[in-house]
Amino acid sequence: MPSLPPIRPEDEAVAEKIRPGGAFDAPVDEAHGRILFELALRLGDDSLILGQRLAEWCGHAPGVEVDLSLANMALDLIGQATHFLTIAAEAEGKGRSADDLAFRRDVLDFKNCLLVEQPNGDFAQTMARQFLFSAWQKRLFDGLTACADDRIAAVAAKAVKEVAYHEELAAEWVIRLGDGTEESRARMIDGLDWMWRFIPELFETDEVMTDAAARGLVPDLASIRIGYDARVRAVLAEAGLEAPADQRPILGGRRGHHSEHLGHLLAVMQYLPRTYPDAVW
Amino acid sequence: MSKDWPLWEVFVRAKGGMSHRHVGSVHAPDAEIALRHARDTYTRRMEGISLWVVPSAQIVASDPADDAQNFDPAQDKIYRHPTFYDIPDGITHI
Amino acid sequence: MYTTELSKSASGANVQGIEDPAKLAAFEARVAADEFIEPKDWMPEAYRRTLTRQISQHAHSEIVGMLPEGNWISRAPSLRRKAILLAKVQDEAGHGLYLYSAAETLGTSRREMIEALHSGKAKYSTIFNYPTLTWADIGAIGWLVDGAAIMNQVPLQRTSYGPYARAMVRVCKEESFHQRQGYEICMAMMAGTPDQQRMMQDAFNRWWWPSLMMFGPTDDNSPNTAQSMRWRIKRDTNDELRQKFVDITAPQADAIGLTVPDPDLKWNEAKGGYDFGAVDWEEFYAVVKGEGPVAKERMKARRDAWEKGAWVREAAAAYAEKQARKAQAA
Repeated sequence: MPSLPPIRPEDEAVAEKIRPGGAFDAPVDEAHGRILFELALRLGDDSLILGQRLAEWCGHAPGVEVDLSLANMALDLIGQATHFLTIAAEAEGKGRSADDLAFRRDVLDFKNCLLVEQPNGDFAQTMARQFLFSAWQKRLFDGLTACADDRIAAVAAKAVKEVAYHEELAAEWVIRLGDGTEESRARMIDGLDWMWRFIPELFETDEVMTDAAARGLVPDLASIRIGYDARVRAVLAEAGLEAPADQRPILGGRRGHHSEHLGHLLAVMQYLPRTYPDAVW
Repeated sequence: MSKDWPLWEVFVRAKGGMSHRHVGSVHAPDAEIALRHARDTYTRRMEGISLWVVPSAQIVASDPADDAQNFDPAQDKIYRHPTFYDIPDGITHI
Repeated sequence: MYTTELSKSASGANVQGIEDPAKLAAFEARVAADEFIEPKDWMPEAYRRTLTRQISQHAHSEIVGMLPEGNWISRAPSLRRKAILLAKVQDEAGHGLYLYSAAETLGTSRREMIEALHSGKAKYSTIFNYPTLTWADIGAIGWLVDGAAIMNQVPLQRTSYGPYARAMVRVCKEESFHQRQGYEICMAMMAGTPDQQRMMQDAFNRWWWPSLMMFGPTDDNSPNTAQSMRWRIKRDTNDELRQKFVDITAPQADAIGLTVPDPDLKWNEAKGGYDFGAVDWEEFYAVVKGEGPVAKERMKARRDAWEKGAWVREAAAAYAEKQARKAQAA
């Protein structure tokens, strides 16, 4: 049996300082967990709220085929939400589940962007919202496939294909409605006008995003913006539409300050788990 | 004007190496959207890896009234099938 | 499925007088020999009319059937339940689409069928004129309504009209999860809190009888059954299917602690099946006539969706026309 090196008193002193309290676990980077939680929450809430909105169309779309398309997108988004909120719940480490986060948080704790919570309006407004969001989500997820967190990278790698399809589909509808009839054109202009003020929030670089970028968790939003703007311009041009004049940005979703619409959405979505807190469904 | 969008026939290739097979139809205003509708309707359960859509109006079909003259004459041409020929047991690779 | 036989008028009573007797005999022989009839084949007008009515009714039922369950997608109590329910209701849209396509091969356009629905001329299954009041209703519908549907649809996979049979094969394959997810909801509810159990029994009480009505009038009140069975567009009688449904479902209710709301339900050893109480046919015919509790709501929702979508359908058609003109000019 090989002999161990002698442990000197000064070694013991050092050991005491490094591991106070006799903890043998690897040190936890609490800041990292907090940022990861915030990030996963934003990603999950974006997908959840938009999925909820799209699902409102089910049974009421302009045609049976379109109903199927909208439901497919909603299902993709609800799936993404489930993955991201599961990651958020783990990062938080307080024993909450993805369902707890979805159904038992109040409005101030929701971190989705304001764009996704906007009402469906007519089909033009829904497609304007979808295109403006999916074009952003696609570019964000492209970057997230290289996320320093393996789980987020894996979800992004799967989801980027879904949102690429959403972006294409929505773009095709923006073009058809923009360049369809006088009525559809007017409606598409209104839809874009309604959504336009929420675009800057997508690229808002607050402390969480700066920190997340520094940790290699998210791509640089400014670099995404270039491709995003070019894509939006190209699709609007093909639709024969001019980009709406820039509007004063409305921000706040990432800090839990939402439009009035979200409270109503949550009241509906969360009604059962909140009314029957002990029930398992 | 409230006409239906045109009808498209949908064909799906289930996996590599197989031919496209007719699965049904969709209504769509144009070819691009027809592909979207076909994808969103007929490949929700991993049924395919490739899609064709064809305007239904473009399909040319044989007339069932001509079935007899079209298809019966092939019935007695059994010499077109390999089993028609007797080859002795010892002969291989043929 | 949802192909309750709802019209008594379209019968083929005097077909023989109108149709070419030789063609008719050849057709009847093909059907009797279990051959499939395809769209371009000759068929008697009554067959075409009866099938168009049955398939379009079936399609309408799928589409209207999205509404009662769709009512709960936004309120589904977990992410998993939300995804499952949305996928199920989406399937119903798909099934409506397959069926409209099958009916279109008989020469009626989808628009004509939809307009017939909206004008009240075409019928759909009575079951969808009942409201979904609590989440338990979603379990009850999946279990009972889809259960009844499966019973009707499985034999139709061998129906004589090719496009209908093929649509049914697809529908049956896709629906195999529908009933299971419903029963799973019921199990969770019955294993849950007293509130949940109360909701579940209440939903069961409300959906049981309408589910039995789904199979349509009693056999002695179904004048077209013989004709339809000869044509293989119906494979079992209404009463046979209803009996089978009760025999299968009653033990499933018992297994999770639900009480069937029928004091006359009793196992009959001699016939190897349950005896059960009388269905309220007056209610059935009232609902057929459009007097169901939420019939007006259902029709309004469908008309609204169609009318509010008109500009979208027109815009896409206009765009396609412009593109075609451009392509021609180039």
